[in-house]
Amino acid sequence: MSRHKGGTPVRAAWFVVAGLVAFMVVLAGCGGGSSSSGGSSGGGGGEELQKLGKGEGQVNLISWAGYVEAGGGENPDWVTPFEEETGCKVNDKVAGTSDEMVKLMETGQYDGVSASGNATARLWAAHEVAPVNTALVPNYKTVFADLKDQPYNTFEGVPYGIPHGRGANLLMWNKEDVTPAPSSWEVTLNPEVASKYKGHITQYDDPMSIAEGALYLKAHEPKLGIENPYELNEEQFNAAVELMKEQAPNVGEYWSSAEQQIEGFANGSNQVGTTWQYQYFALKGENEPVEASPASQGFVPEEGATGWSDTWMISSHAKHPNCMYMWMNWIISPKVNAEVAEWFGEAPAQELACKETENPNFCTEYHAEEPAFWKNVYYWETPLAECSEGGETDCMDYNDWVRAWTEIKG
Amino acid sequence: MAATDSVAVKRSAGRRFAGLFYGRPRLQIGSLLAAPMAWLVILYLGSLVILLITAFWTVDPLSGSVIKELSWTNFEELVNVPVYREIIWRTVRTALLVTLTDAVIAFPIAFYMAKVAGRKSKAALVVAVLMPLWASYLVKIIAWRAILAEHGVLNWALHPIGLHGPDNGVTSVWLVMSYLWLPYMILPIFAGLERIPDSLIAASEDLGAHPFTTFRKVILPLAFPAVVAGSIFTFSLTLGDYLAPKLVSNEQFIGTAIFDSITNNQPFAAALALVPIVVVIAYLGVARKLGAFEHV
Amino acid sequence: MRLSRSGKITLRVVVALVLAFIYIPLLVIAVEAFNSSRILKWPPPGFTLSWFGKALENESVREALLTSIEAGLAAMAIAIVLGTLIALAVGRRKFFGRDSISFLVVLPIALPGIVTGVALSNTFTQVLGISLSLLTVIIGHATFCIVVVYNNAVARLRRTSGSFEEASADLGADPWQTFRFVTFPSLRSALGAGALLAFALSFDEIIVTNFTIGAGEETLPIWIYRNLFRPKELPVVPAVAVILIILSIIPVYLAHRLSSDDAGLTPGRGGGATTPPAGIAEAEATVAH
Repeated sequence: MSRHKGGTPVRAAWFVVAGLVAFMVVLAGCGGGSSSSGGSSGGGGGEELQKLGKGEGQVNLISWAGYVEAGGGENPDWVTPFEEETGCKVNDKVAGTSDEMVKLMETGQYDGVSASGNATARLWAAHEVAPVNTALVPNYKTVFADLKDQPYNTFEGVPYGIPHGRGANLLMWNKEDVTPAPSSWEVTLNPEVASKYKGHITQYDDPMSIAEGALYLKAHEPKLGIENPYELNEEQFNAAVELMKEQAPNVGEYWSSAEQQIEGFANGSNQVGTTWQYQYFALKGENEPVEASPASQGFVPEEGATGWSDTWMISSHAKHPNCMYMWMNWIISPKVNAEVAEWFGEAPAQELACKETENPNFCTEYHAEEPAFWKNVYYWETPLAECSEGGETDCMDYNDWVRAWTEIKG
Repeated sequence: MAATDSVAVKRSAGRRFAGLFYGRPRLQIGSLLAAPMAWLVILYLGSLVILLITAFWTVDPLSGSVIKELSWTNFEELVNVPVYREIIWRTVRTALLVTLTDAVIAFPIAFYMAKVAGRKSKAALVVAVLMPLWASYLVKIIAWRAILAEHGVLNWALHPIGLHGPDNGVTSVWLVMSYLWLPYMILPIFAGLERIPDSLIAASEDLGAHPFTTFRKVILPLAFPAVVAGSIFTFSLTLGDYLAPKLVSNEQFIGTAIFDSITNNQPFAAALALVPIVVVIAYLGVARKLGAFEHV
Repeated sequence: MRLSRSGKITLRVVVALVLAFIYIPLLVIAVEAFNSSRILKWPPPGFTLSWFGKALENESVREALLTSIEAGLAAMAIAIVLGTLIALAVGRRKFFGRDSISFLVVLPIALPGIVTGVALSNTFTQVLGISLSLLTVIIGHATFCIVVVYNNAVARLRRTSGSFEEASADLGADPWQTFRFVTFPSLRSALGAGALLAFALSFDEIIVTNFTIGAGEETLPIWIYRNLFRPKELPVVPAVAVILIILSIIPVYLAHRLSSDDAGLTPGRGGGATTPPAGIAEAEATVAH
């Protein structure tokens, strides 16, 4: 019968094992992760592509729902024609929030992303995106002028992306459950009015929602002096956070998946809240009784709206840069950008797309050619400590927003 | 032994190699364990250690890149910001409730299976209880989503009596978790009850005890360690879960908070992840004292 | 135990209710898979088999199914090898650190899935610098599948005497021959049961998989998770779910038959089970007799 106890050799083995664990620890300290490979002082990574070569056979994208459609059911298809023309197979990952997009980009496994303003600056600062050589994107010439050289897509004077389109966040409601038809954000943000729909309000699950509160306060509490809902000093920020905390008990669902919200409206759990055009048109297509602020109002309630202006950015680790450039050029080509804009329901980035839309009045309805309209739509941007006015640094930064959002949700 | 000496057998290389192990138990053990230990210790344990270390790192707010310097920031935040205490307490509370609920539901059926059912029904019941265990965790949660939805099964069933099912709150999570982990509670209690000799129960009855007294004074105390054993499952499974709260409720639990933090502040997520580990280890310690490990 | 008649009846009613509680949600999912309403209205306006057809035609579902099977088989193979090795070491001899090994084996399944998932994902991407793929998924799955094989093997070893192996050695067999002709045959059905359980565990797993899978890959549970809210074809997901249930119950049933005469069946993790050290798990194993 074996009665041998483990002696020195076994003990020695444990020490070797402990040593290996310690080695892993050291490795962790020096471990890789997102590292910069050149780029300017503040951010950016990689080099601008000098010459467009042959396609590499595939391109890996991160996008918002509805931005990269490849047919199936009643969906349009601007991916298959691209694949046929360029030979670049498209792999798309749909993300629900900008945070997700930043995280995915940091894995270094994607070639590009359709980033909103609250992701672009972060991606740039994290050296995850490379400058874009706009000379290699012929369709860029005819992009709307007020989308070029913007603080959310141009850093230190260098362009970092190709504009995709822009839109305002919608207030949508189920017209059978919500009467009278709301024309103001008070239906979700004013506790007295909102409590009527307790448990059926839906709010976007992202710190950017605090800006909706700030926007509401800009109109309803002017003495706070809020100008830009993303640049808030402590007093303004706390007021906005308070407002969102008061909203929380009335919220039925904090949504982050567009399709989850669609299901919520379709099965009656959601009755009113912030949404995107993608969900609105999907529900209308299913003959669900939903309404949103009308076109005559510019699709925005009284107080204005937050919104987004999205930019295609190329990863500094892109393994398929040629295909990525081809994609960027494709997505803003007139016919495709028109399809894209009409499918999602946003204003196109491409001037020439306005002639290609099925609905001849599309660009007018969506104010695509009216820079003045967009002054009242506050694109998502990354809150920074430096306020743009007067160069003060007492604004709340993104970390504060994230922390506050967790507190708001309770 | 003598046979191999006297017969001039050509010993193959393989047999000679195997012969090296003869009489050397430590070598045998060592070589058996080398590969698995490398896997478990280096890869798995090492990953946990690294996770522990990252909990002491922080993140640059703008770029999101990790600052690899040790600091207590994450733990300070956990302690000072009240919402995290609420989240932790909410999760622990739910875990305890789920455990209690499952114990109450599981006991009767486990008792029936162990002490009352005939041989064939016992076998059938064991299979009946075991099968759903493997019926896909995700699918069960989806089923409950469908049941708890606004126009779903539960509301449809309750409507005639004028009631309404739970909304996206903690109640939904409690319901779903109690459902998910129920088999994990039934099985240990069943095994524990089986171990109680029938003769003990018969003796108690012969001494004139009412069945209820027998239950209270004989069966329950003997089965208690088994209940604690089952509670280990229900408690820690609830503590770390994030899919159920995410899919059937709006509430933040430890698991969902970890999941949400991973995206833009991974060191903080790691710090959060340490909480369930610590709580589970503490719970295991208490369970061990109560005899769960010996008696099932 | 002698129970009064009314006592017995009450107990039977309670048992029936509990069984109903356990099975009703599964039936609901099965019904939803046949729901003719595209947005899953309840009660179902009609019934149709078309969703199963759509599910089986759907290319991404088929790919996900194949990926799940691939990962399951690979994880199962690794788990068999590693689990058996540990069991052989632990089951027959005492040595320094034996109890801690049992604890270590159980740990991957004991800790919450999210912890295991994050830790492994972190190591893969940050420390080792390898990109996530099916391989990393397999590694993750194998890690927590080891314990299932190990438990079964150890339980079997504890029930068979070591004297057979000694006799074999006395008769001149070297350790490899002893293993091949004596130990392995007695272990075979336990390993078979353990392997089937490991496969089922891997097939069904979602949480660790979610953190270790690469961009272009999908296992079946991942497919379900990513397609939970298909706006116009909601019932396809329950149809796929029903397929998943059937495919994960089969190996379990086989495992049950395989070990129906002794220790064999241990409950697996849902999204992250806890099993305290071997003691309880072994006792769990004696349940299925």
